[in-house]
Amino acid sequence: MTAALRFDPIRLPEKCEQLRKEVRAFLAEEIAAGTFDPHKPNREDTDAPEFSRRVGAKGWLGMTWPKKYGGQERSFLERYVVTEEMRVANAPTRRFFVADRQSGPVLIKYAPEHIKMDILPRICRGEICFAIGMSEPNSGSDLFAAKTRATKTDGGYLINGTKIWTSSAHIADYMIAIFRTSQPTKENRRHGLTQFLVKMKQPGIQVNPIGQITGQYEFNEVVFTDFFVPDDHVLGEVDGAWKQATSELAYERSGPERFLETYYVLTELVRAVGSNPDTRSAEGIGRLVAQLHTMRRMSVSVAGMLQAGKEPVVEASIVKDIGTVWEQQLPHRVRDLAAFVEETATNRETLERQLDFAIKTAPKLTIQGGTTEVLRGIIARGLGLR
Amino acid sequence: MAESDNIVVETAEKIFADLADPQTINNDKKNSWQAPLWQALSEAGLPLSWVPDDLGGSGASLADGFALLNAAGRFAIAVPLAETMLAGWLLAQAKIASPEGEMTVLPASPKDRITLDADGSLSGRARGVPYAKAAKHFAVLAHGKDGAVIALVDAGKGRIESGLNVGYDHSDTVTLDKVQPVTLKPAPDGFDQTTLMLVGGVARSLQIAGALESMLDISVRYSNERVAFEKKISKFQAVQHNLARLAGESAAALAAATSAADAIANATGFNDEVYLEAASAKIRCAEAAEKGGAIAHQVHGAIGFTLEHILHRYSLRALAWRDDFGSESHWAVELGKLVATRGADELWPLVASR
Repeated sequence: MTAALRFDPIRLPEKCEQLRKEVRAFLAEEIAAGTFDPHKPNREDTDAPEFSRRVGAKGWLGMTWPKKYGGQERSFLERYVVTEEMRVANAPTRRFFVADRQSGPVLIKYAPEHIKMDILPRICRGEICFAIGMSEPNSGSDLFAAKTRATKTDGGYLINGTKIWTSSAHIADYMIAIFRTSQPTKENRRHGLTQFLVKMKQPGIQVNPIGQITGQYEFNEVVFTDFFVPDDHVLGEVDGAWKQATSELAYERSGPERFLETYYVLTELVRAVGSNPDTRSAEGIGRLVAQLHTMRRMSVSVAGMLQAGKEPVVEASIVKDIGTVWEQQLPHRVRDLAAFVEETATNRETLERQLDFAIKTAPKLTIQGGTTEVLRGIIARGLGLR
Repeated sequence: MAESDNIVVETAEKIFADLADPQTINNDKKNSWQAPLWQALSEAGLPLSWVPDDLGGSGASLADGFALLNAAGRFAIAVPLAETMLAGWLLAQAKIASPEGEMTVLPASPKDRITLDADGSLSGRARGVPYAKAAKHFAVLAHGKDGAVIALVDAGKGRIESGLNVGYDHSDTVTLDKVQPVTLKPAPDGFDQTTLMLVGGVARSLQIAGALESMLDISVRYSNERVAFEKKISKFQAVQHNLARLAGESAAALAAATSAADAIANATGFNDEVYLEAASAKIRCAEAAEKGGAIAHQVHGAIGFTLEHILHRYSLRALAWRDDFGSESHWAVELGKLVATRGADELWPLVASR
């Protein structure tokens, strides 16, 4: 049996439970103060800069990072608890989530020291927002087809081209993007891409909003025209971004956000059926909870592997594959089960409004951050099939 | 096969490898391998793993015993190892010593009920009892007017209607009609039929997870050997994606089952959190048996549908094990009721409790 498929039953240590209480108390205060409504995942305004600063002030951003960069040197399991509590509460995390999960760790690994000292503490304080510039109009899952060029010039690079489907680019202060610095070689079609740190909100960058089928405008098209990036904003090896891409994936793919995005409809269904459900509702809810519990145990297990310094790429891909398919189906299963909910259920309207949004959200869940097809390719490679 | 991490599992795996090679036992139409295998397992003290030394067992931990059941699942062995382990464990709850030889537990379904009469005799019918026909003794959980009792019963005293489950293993109906037990003692406080079903369900979950690991193993191997349309079928993306899904189902089953085993092994009582773990394991493993088994068969094509091929030893048993100690439908309803009783705002705290 391939050793890749072990998911040891990691338990969250006691200090995590203390932290969980603190996070719940904080979120309850924020809800009471009207910062956000936990029953409304489809907020008009998904950006909450003041909330972001208050989360930073709690020490919950960059939690696992070195103290000299503003971090707390806490464990991945502690970060896990903060992430899942925020997600379940439908807290407005958009402003800091990408920076905390993904961009910060990339900078820690590849950015020059003075840039780390400048940027990382600001992420930890919740002051700045990051976007990720991967996809292009003709390069989505096929990352290595990217064409946006970074041409060497005096002291840096000139960027020309277009990134697309870039979440949060309209509010982002920085973007971590890959640009083409050389042509691919015959031997290696992945050669020639370089990872850059891009300071947004400057001339030479135009951000055009793209409406999504949920009615939200989180996507953007980002057009670069002779935009200058200095040499010290190169992250890692020139032409060697492909070597750096894979290690990010385990962070990105196995977190609680990979199965909790539509979780709110399950809570609301339980509320709607009440304390004495019929057999059909009880069985449906029982199955969904068993599936949810199993994924969470797998996801916590991967967090434990990350904490142990492993790079569980295949395990993380399995969690994301199963997790995103589940969260995509969840609103539809809840809709099935809600079909016979009493007209008099007090939260009926809330549930219907949530289902409307979750059903529109569902199609993207198996696409963002690595499609199901890409994930299954990675798992197949781990099984020795490719 | 997964790395052994304890001596109990290592011992068992060596015995399974020596005496229960899947292809060899599959070719043996007379089942002449069963007696030597059982003897070797018994000599190693494995069937009474969960029985303390002073009650005649080998006193392994709950955790080691669960790991042993996972290994037994990987070999899909057809001897009453899990059943005897559960029976010995049940008897030990009431400090009843275990006899030698094969045992099984009854009832094996949450719906059946054995009652203790005023004269100290046991009556009732238990369906789907695994290996009742092979057992020399039954460990029985019964209900008297003063609560639950645990009893050791001579198997010869019961009426057995023989049956086979989907996996061709014995799954029998046992009727006790005013049977006097060999020994009978009260169950410990808080121990009831649900406790037995939860632990039995986790045992089956671990066996299902083990069978799925083997199904993944042999399916990957087969796909790397079988050539069709002038290439190995493992090179077709459709096949790769199916096997990736099988890996996911296998991983989910293993994660759910080992998590539940860990929860029970470290539990001080059967609270809602342990209930969630155990019920979820049975539900999720049963679902994985269906989905994963279907993929394993799809990859193998017609050859996997033959009795000559070993695949059915795993796939059919995994499906059969779904039925024992409460089906996934049963546990889903019970878990759903528990969640509903706790209320919507207590769902997440329950899920996040561990």
